[in-house]
Amino acid sequence: MKSKPSKKESPVTSNPAKVIGDISRRSFFKYMGAGVAAYIVWSDIFVASAVQTNPKHSTFPDQELISSWIHIAPTGDITVFTGKVEIGQNIRTSLSQVVAEELFVAPEAINMVMGDTALTPYDRGTYGSLTTLQISPILRVAAANIREILVEEAQKTWGVKSSSLTLSDGMVIDPASNKMLAYGDLVKDKKLFKKVNRKVKTIAPEEWKVAGHSIPKMNGKDFITGKHRYVSDMVLPGMVFGKVLRPPAYGAKLLSADTSEAEKIPGVIVCKEDNFIGVTAANPLTAAIALASIESSWDRSAPVQRSELFKHLVDTAAEKKIVSEAMGDAYDQGNVKLDRNFEIAYIAHVPLETRAALASWKLGHLEVWAGTQRPFGLHEDLQKTFDLPEDSIRVYVPDTGSGYGGKQTSEVGLEAARLAKHVGKPVKVCWTREEEFKWAYFRPAGVIQVRASLSNGEISSWEFHNFNSGSAGIDFPYIGGKRHLEFHRSSTPLRQGSYRALSSTANVFAMESIVNDLAIAAGEDPLQFRLRNLENPRLKAVIKAASETFGWERQGSQENIGFGMACGTVKGGFVATFVEVEVEKGSRKLIVREVVTAFECGVIINPRHLESQVTGCVLQGLGGALFEEIDFRDGNLTNASLGSYRVPRFKDVPKMSVVLLNRTDLPSSGAGEAPIVGIAPALRNAIDDASGVKLYKLPMLPSGIVPDKA
Amino acid sequence: MKLRVNNKEYSVEVTNNPSLLEVLRDRLDLTGTKYGCGEGACGACKVLVNGIPTPSCITPVTSLSGKKVITIEGLAKNGELHPVQKAFLEEDVFQCSYCAPGMTITAAALLEKQPDASIQDLIDGLNGNICRCCTYPAIINALEKLIQKEGDL
Repeated sequence: MKSKPSKKESPVTSNPAKVIGDISRRSFFKYMGAGVAAYIVWSDIFVASAVQTNPKHSTFPDQELISSWIHIAPTGDITVFTGKVEIGQNIRTSLSQVVAEELFVAPEAINMVMGDTALTPYDRGTYGSLTTLQISPILRVAAANIREILVEEAQKTWGVKSSSLTLSDGMVIDPASNKMLAYGDLVKDKKLFKKVNRKVKTIAPEEWKVAGHSIPKMNGKDFITGKHRYVSDMVLPGMVFGKVLRPPAYGAKLLSADTSEAEKIPGVIVCKEDNFIGVTAANPLTAAIALASIESSWDRSAPVQRSELFKHLVDTAAEKKIVSEAMGDAYDQGNVKLDRNFEIAYIAHVPLETRAALASWKLGHLEVWAGTQRPFGLHEDLQKTFDLPEDSIRVYVPDTGSGYGGKQTSEVGLEAARLAKHVGKPVKVCWTREEEFKWAYFRPAGVIQVRASLSNGEISSWEFHNFNSGSAGIDFPYIGGKRHLEFHRSSTPLRQGSYRALSSTANVFAMESIVNDLAIAAGEDPLQFRLRNLENPRLKAVIKAASETFGWERQGSQENIGFGMACGTVKGGFVATFVEVEVEKGSRKLIVREVVTAFECGVIINPRHLESQVTGCVLQGLGGALFEEIDFRDGNLTNASLGSYRVPRFKDVPKMSVVLLNRTDLPSSGAGEAPIVGIAPALRNAIDDASGVKLYKLPMLPSGIVPDKA
Repeated sequence: MKLRVNNKEYSVEVTNNPSLLEVLRDRLDLTGTKYGCGEGACGACKVLVNGIPTPSCITPVTSLSGKKVITIEGLAKNGELHPVQKAFLEEDVFQCSYCAPGMTITAAALLEKQPDASIQDLIDGLNGNICRCCTYPAIINALEKLIQKEGDL
């Protein structure tokens, strides 16, 4: 490897052993060397974060398996091992902060070893806003445990029982005698490996000096100078470049392929295994030429067309709508009634770094570097595909060029491994942008049907059906009325999967649109209506904060200017978004004039990075709200490029402000998802306010022009 | 052919006329310049060609005879970061940072040409660069502060 992106040499002293299974004290120090370590098992995490997880999930870890640990070496190096990965959410920084806080060192003193299946304990994956919720609090506890051990060791060394020992900058100090010892010296010749005591006292957020502050991104300089190596940048000696033959359409089956022309190109090796055809060459251009010279024929199935998509999703629902008579009666008796359908298009994640992997086989041992949110998922896939023992594989994820939920699978890791095995050399495969669009997966499309009523100004019924896009965010946070909430699984014509906040965006869009329409139909201010009908104080608090910053009362009489708001809660995060729009006279072009977002997710670990996550969610959400959509015909995408699939750019950015509420009395939750849900309905309600046009589709305005009132 | 990159001359094999991006990344191991879209639509691959920000993915290397290419690796002078790099670091702008090299190159060229660029100039000049993490407001803020600071000197 020409360069490795870790900031320090790994502290591992001998060949790393697999750490998925049991780890005994002996085996731990065999490759860690001496020192002190505190480890956390999964049950610690579930207790500490009170997370509801489905234990039937196939990859649910054994409760007593180790999840993470912190180690201090005799050199004084502090290393945190976690299977989580850094993909731009800046957890390398935030996790360093919480550990540094408890250990009285600078965050730069913490070496984070992340997403390496040979060195870090099993982790299901970096998704679902779970790192800050689950790993951060327990790492704090683990670091506090280490602090206690260090103090005990100092007490023993100095023969003091004083509880007045202090810690500062990597030293334990006895103020009475002015003695001090570095952490490394305290753990020299020791092999302490302790399970964390969950009850140990951690430092209160009000007293934080490192956590809770805007510490800059770890290794920031490496990224800004081009020095950091993403997987797509990595090089191994003797490495060649691989490319894989793709079908001309989804569902097409390979009938025949003539690879003879490709094989004639000097240096090109063709790999044909069952339906897999790939090539390798000394450089990507030659590999691309070789791939293009393969003649193949395919059997194409009759696919669902985009024009039939939404009908298809409803028609193929596994469970049909069965709603109680009482539910129907409640609706019928309402004096304000709304019955509306919403349509949600597929959208793409478009991580700027496309999927990439580098694979190398040595004496039956397989090493794969891949940009994935689930290194252990890839590890298991490789194990199955190549029928290898667990400890013959190492998957390593260097800090990666984003994911947004889109890199939970790693087909590219399997492709690189397969080609590397065939050619007998290390192989790097980097997907093209077109491959990333076509062969990754999408945020699910969906249909949402809502029937809701008011009786004397109060919500009297709420019936909500989501077809295909998902059940996340389906809960109705307003009081009153009979309710029926149901998610219907359908057959999806395109491959779909996880995405930032997944279906919460669609569900909150439909919910907050209808709630707004109900308020207006009842002649009540939408803000007051929400405050009156919501119970959750945290949700109400963000609404109030955003409305104050925005100045909701400024709503005037300018006929083509509109104001809209929406709120929502996802995975412990609470968001309210307020929007001002203009529908330009004559052209009817939509101009987003201002967006104010208030967000609260418990105690804030890094205000600058939290703001970044919130801004990123709002602007990415603006793309999906207004113009992002996957277009397809005859089983093929028609906009699989950045020239034809529009993502938000500088010119799309409105005047923006972000208000962060810091609840030092509450544990932190993740922030990479929740703030995305408010922008679409807030825009929709503002457009309605400005023009009287109510929109029921995501994206709302691919052309940017607000239609005439129907 | 001979190719001049970061004030160093390289001898480059040009069979099949590769793009500048491929030559930089896969033959000269200058991997700071990134692939993003392959059609000049995202700005991740921008480098300076005679001082002009140019998408290297759609620039044939054979068109660069006698021209000077500067990549992100060559932007710092005498070990000191370019003011745009410093500004981005000080304001802690990026998330995944994959767009950062192209963004930095484009902004550096823009400020070279227009040291007193307005916010609208910045938006117009950077609109060809995508940051999918959408750190756009932070990027504009950092550059605005830099312009202010340089103007005060």
